[in-house]
Amino acid sequence: MSAENAYAVELKGLTFKRGVRTIFENVDIRIPRGKVTGIMGPSGCGKTTLLRLIAAQLRPQGGEVWVNGQNLPSLSRAELFDMRKQFGVLFQSGALFTDLDVFENVAFPLRVHTKLSDEMIRDIVLMKLQAVGLRGAVELMPDELSGGMKRRVALARAIALDPQILMYDEPFVGQDPIAMGVLVRLIRLLNDALGLTSIVVSHDLAETASIADYIYVVGDGQVLGQGTPAELKNSDNPRIQQFMKGIPDGPVPFHYPAPDYLDDLLGVR
Amino acid sequence: MRRKSLVERVRLLGRAGIDVVQAMGRSTLFLLSSLFGRSGLRNGSQLLIRQLYSVGVLSLPIIVVAGLFIGMVLALQGYNILTSYGSEQAVGQMVALTLLRELGPVVTGLLFAGRAGSALTAEIGNMKSTEQLSSLEMIGVDPLKYIIAPRLWAGFISMPLLAAIFSVVGIWGGAMVAVDWLGVYEGSFWSNMQNSVQFTEDVLNGVVKSMVFAFVVTWIAVFQGYDCEPTSEGISRATTKTVVYGSLAVLGLDFILTALMFGDL
Repeated sequence: MSAENAYAVELKGLTFKRGVRTIFENVDIRIPRGKVTGIMGPSGCGKTTLLRLIAAQLRPQGGEVWVNGQNLPSLSRAELFDMRKQFGVLFQSGALFTDLDVFENVAFPLRVHTKLSDEMIRDIVLMKLQAVGLRGAVELMPDELSGGMKRRVALARAIALDPQILMYDEPFVGQDPIAMGVLVRLIRLLNDALGLTSIVVSHDLAETASIADYIYVVGDGQVLGQGTPAELKNSDNPRIQQFMKGIPDGPVPFHYPAPDYLDDLLGVR
Repeated sequence: MRRKSLVERVRLLGRAGIDVVQAMGRSTLFLLSSLFGRSGLRNGSQLLIRQLYSVGVLSLPIIVVAGLFIGMVLALQGYNILTSYGSEQAVGQMVALTLLRELGPVVTGLLFAGRAGSALTAEIGNMKSTEQLSSLEMIGVDPLKYIIAPRLWAGFISMPLLAAIFSVVGIWGGAMVAVDWLGVYEGSFWSNMQNSVQFTEDVLNGVVKSMVFAFVVTWIAVFQGYDCEPTSEGISRATTKTVVYGSLAVLGLDFILTALMFGDL
């Protein structure tokens, strides 16, 4: 594998601002091909924004986003829509189309982007649903599914076109232990069986560390640390230690910045 | 609560002005990219038919009932006024002209903003908040072409038809009250109407009005949904804006169009 091919996604000097607020400042991230990469960090640090930048749903103010040899910010709207066929994204809410049943949700990308016959589409949909264990739910509507099942149907839809890169936005949030276990297993299984590159954005430490080959910890608009889960656990960086061990106060303070407590109570301004 | 200084108030006023101009720019670009350019969708007509049903056909009951009552009230009021001049035979002419020139397009526009416009905004806003629009983008389908364009066209097509149905039902309701209940002579009711209503002057101008209202109300509705903040408060604010802006746009444009069509300004 050549050097430039070893990475499916490369962010070079990425800078992104919302109004005057800087979300990312000169960030470099490389996602190795064929691996499960975790992007972790505290809530509100811009993890989902990072995912949207990789998928070119947002345009950065500076830097480059290279995906399979193409710099996404330089592509036109039409080229981007074409490019996105290489991505599969599992959104936090599942984002199933509420007016379509499970079968049509999974069939949707196939109907839009291929000219396959109805029989062929049916077979593919059933295979994808079998992979996520929901072939029996093929006729249900999204509002008849539990949260975990919705995510699995969304996962089946995300892999319908056999994408090269699969991105997960907070896949473990609000899941019961069984659904969580199922998702953890599926992410790893699909990555290895389909030869995908997976990017898992999450703040659930144990689950992400259990499946990720490599982890980036982001915060304060920067990459705070990177490495394998074991390397990060042994990191001597206090911010990474605070995050990995869930310590309430530390470099990330417990208190939101405020004037002096006593002055505030006494009404001194 | 922090008190705002005068400078900050001026700054906020300026900010609000810039926001309005930006929203107008965004909505124009939004409209152009929804309506023009390659869609690449194979099932476009199917999507349009589905939207024609939910935007047009489902608005029929409110349009028919409102048209009927407004026609009946017009006949009743017209009869009371005209009868004091001894010219109650002109009630048919009055009902028809009022409905075709004004109330048909205007009331349909207002009801359409309230019934279909608010539903469009809430539906699109909800799709945005549940990431269905993002999800479409990621599947490689442009939501402007797949979600927005069919709704825009459905609004453009169905509202002039609804306005025509409104006027027809209104005239029928007026005839029921004037002829059947109040005893206006049927022959003069219809012949006065036939003699006074001009096709281009009255019918066509009414159709042009309803087409303009259809364009503006549907545009406002889909843009508010697409541009809303993806939270429950954001969606409810956007829905309110659709009804308020849509209704005001209909009333304001009605004056301008009436002045251009019938006035000697």
